[in-house]
Amino acid sequence: MTYLYEGADWDFETLKRVSEAIEDIALNDLKLDVYPNQVEIISTEQMLDAYSSHGMPLMYKHWSFGKLFAREEILYRAGYQGLAYEIVINSNPCISYLMEDNTMTMQALVTAHAAYGHNHFFKNNYLFRQWTDAEGILDYLEFAKKYITKCEDEFGVGAVEDIIDAAHALMDQGVFRYARPPRPSDEEREQRLMRRLAHDRETFNDLWRTLPFRDEARQKKLEKEREALQHSEKLGLPEENVLYFLEKHSPTLREWQAEILRIVRTVAQYFYPQKQTKVMNEGCATFVHHYIMNTLHEKGLITDGSYLEFIHSHSSVVFQPDFDDQRYSGINPYALGFAMMQDIRRICEDPTAEDRDWFPDFAGCGDWRGCLKDAWANFRDESFIEQFLSPKVMRDFKLFALKDEEENPVYEVSAIHDEFGYRRLRETLSRSYDIGVLEPNIQVVGANLSTDRKLKLSHLMHRSVPLDDKQRSKVLGYVQRLWGYDVEMDAKSA
Amino acid sequence: MTHFIDRRLNPKGRSVGNRQRFINRARTQIKEAVQKSLKDRTVSDFEGGQEISIPTKGTEEPRFRYSRQGGERDHVHPGNKEFVQGDQIKKPRSGGAGGRGKEASDSGDGEDSFQFTLTQDEFLDLFFEDLELPNLVKTGLKEIKQYKYRRAGFTTVGTPNNINLIRTMRNAYGRRIALGRPRSKDVVPLKEELFALEAKAEPTPEDVERKRELLAELERLEAKQKRVAFVDPIDVRFNSFAKTPVETSQAVMFCLMDVSGSMGEREKDLAKRFYILLHLFLRRRYERVDIVFIRHTHEAQEVDEETFFYSRQSGGTIVSTALEEMLKVVDDRYATNDWNIYVAQASDGYTQSGDAHHCVELLNSKIMPICQYYAYIEILDAREMEVFSDEETGAELWRAYRKVHRDWSNFAMTRISKPADIYPVFRKLFERKLSSNGPPKESKVA
Repeated sequence: MTYLYEGADWDFETLKRVSEAIEDIALNDLKLDVYPNQVEIISTEQMLDAYSSHGMPLMYKHWSFGKLFAREEILYRAGYQGLAYEIVINSNPCISYLMEDNTMTMQALVTAHAAYGHNHFFKNNYLFRQWTDAEGILDYLEFAKKYITKCEDEFGVGAVEDIIDAAHALMDQGVFRYARPPRPSDEEREQRLMRRLAHDRETFNDLWRTLPFRDEARQKKLEKEREALQHSEKLGLPEENVLYFLEKHSPTLREWQAEILRIVRTVAQYFYPQKQTKVMNEGCATFVHHYIMNTLHEKGLITDGSYLEFIHSHSSVVFQPDFDDQRYSGINPYALGFAMMQDIRRICEDPTAEDRDWFPDFAGCGDWRGCLKDAWANFRDESFIEQFLSPKVMRDFKLFALKDEEENPVYEVSAIHDEFGYRRLRETLSRSYDIGVLEPNIQVVGANLSTDRKLKLSHLMHRSVPLDDKQRSKVLGYVQRLWGYDVEMDAKSA
Repeated sequence: MTHFIDRRLNPKGRSVGNRQRFINRARTQIKEAVQKSLKDRTVSDFEGGQEISIPTKGTEEPRFRYSRQGGERDHVHPGNKEFVQGDQIKKPRSGGAGGRGKEASDSGDGEDSFQFTLTQDEFLDLFFEDLELPNLVKTGLKEIKQYKYRRAGFTTVGTPNNINLIRTMRNAYGRRIALGRPRSKDVVPLKEELFALEAKAEPTPEDVERKRELLAELERLEAKQKRVAFVDPIDVRFNSFAKTPVETSQAVMFCLMDVSGSMGEREKDLAKRFYILLHLFLRRRYERVDIVFIRHTHEAQEVDEETFFYSRQSGGTIVSTALEEMLKVVDDRYATNDWNIYVAQASDGYTQSGDAHHCVELLNSKIMPICQYYAYIEILDAREMEVFSDEETGAELWRAYRKVHRDWSNFAMTRISKPADIYPVFRKLFERKLSSNGPPKESKVA
């Protein structure tokens, strides 16, 4: 058997050959299900470019992307930070960027990681299937870019910038969390209207109207409340998607401005699943590249030197510093995801008594491929951890949980990696990946369209954690710009 | 199935538009930073990109975010060493710090300032308030300072040391062939044969006959060899050198400034800007640019830059001392045929009465003939600027310099009162120079 390549240099011929070998393992051994791949070779500068526009190949223009670029550039040039080896886009075909500076081994690793690992995850995970439109995203961005450029030509860069600034501030509040945006067809809408009319007719009873009022004041109040309720219902309140609400109901936004809000929230929605699956997505990609590279080596397709190079980059990717390490900046999603997935494989193939206890469904079943694919398809970080984090991984990571209460001058260690702590630790960690907890829950609760047009927002506090005051008032300023009238916000305990 | 595309050749700078927007957005902050950087940098330090740091105000991107304190929360961390359930760990004093700080600020932009690098053009653009510096290059000076001999083909006349052997021999060879000059290759065998015959003790009649033939033939050939020279004067070619003008690749820039009490922070700041601009300009023209700082009150001295801009000295004001000091430095270190000399003098226009006359004399007799360009900038405050809106009126020094200005086209003078004045003035100075048609003097031909 001859090696697929030797040395660090690559050319398109080699890339193709290696990619075929990788594909063989990915499809026939791991049985992955992927979108067709499109691999693009780009330069360092293009990578920086891509960085600063959410990794998308095209994006509308805005100063914040320029700011990001300036920052990334200085970090990179000063050597504080290397560039990602790849960027991958959830689209069909799935586009991966490889940097021209990578060695051949890196190109192989990255191809396995992005073009097969991430790709499989994008195509199969339920969040992505449900929420994102891999077929249409590039076309949509193309449209968005053109539309915004047109607006700039027509209304001025400044005016457009004002709207985008405000919309970006509300980007996190620009997603539907629980249901896909309502999209009734015209026919359905008409039917619904007819049904409502019919219902009103059937239930109309003149008698109710003529009942004598016993208490004028109370009656009036009741009536007002009922009206308000009806009004809220008509507006679809409460509404968690603040951008959507503003787009549809702002009394002052012009049509093009509303369309820009729509663009921003579409982009936000597109990235929403990625936020919830960092651990899984990276874990999946890392597991896949690890498996594929090892298999290539076992088959004798890559040299020992290449294999060592791979091990070196792989281990820096999954490096997890301890909490008291200077380099610590939270749990590394690559490390956690990879460790958990390797552990699932171990549990399937070679379970201990403990594993049989904790995972009776699949411990020792032997079919780790099926088991992992099921996990990749049907979970997000939160539920994945809740379901699959094993005591062994908790022990390996030496995880511990701290409780932090405002009035308490100390942190309390609420659980560690021991018999008493496993469940609680797992639950706590899982919760910390819940997007509903990670991001403040802010809803539109009222809009007095008939009176002073005051918009009311409400922050449903999670365990009485307040918002950052300074940022809050700035964002409210932006909301006011979009709404055009007064805006107020309160905080309620959820 | 995998499709490869090489994107490396795609147009670069996709993010240029965004960068432009960002810089516009943060214009006020960047400008402030640029102004501040004026203080921290030396005159010769303004080449290349500038790293600046701006406050995030105006370019921040607020979001609804959790505060770092308050409420009740849980954290999970890796790497437990000695903790057991129920342990209590003291919280660090002010929120943030410690193990959990990073997590809480993970998504928040906690940074107070934002650091990045401006390109030189962006920097200068802001530095000189939106003036287009790149045009400057086009208005560059065309001073001819020195001549240098460059090879310029071959000629038929010249001195023997310039003979081009290859050309000469090639011509000779061609001519010899054309005129059929017998080669030694033709002559030598005949001679050898002749010698052989003569060596015979008893020549036969055939031998004698042959000898005669050979002798005749040899005579003919040798005669022809004599007629057609091996190298003829018409073959000779000389390397030709033409005298071409070259610009001296080094320049020295004299910064003269009045540092007496009447020159305040503002005035010095304006002067510094002018020096910086001139220096940048010269840097584009010359390989090497030296800067000499001469400050003066009633006496002048050469100082380093730090002292020049930032130390104070009290005393009267005698401008001519600075001119004399400058001449001394030129004599010492800057031979006028090796160096282009530029002088920029900044002053608030006051000098001791009578001194102005002395200055003019010095300028006319000694300085103007040797210097490439002399710029005099008078720094006024806005109110004075209005008073002296007419070019003809002014303080003593100004009026005296007007005369010099009339006599010498490479003497420029102008008044400024705010940073924005500098660039247009600078441009005007050099434009005037261009329209004055050609170099003012050719005094430094080597």
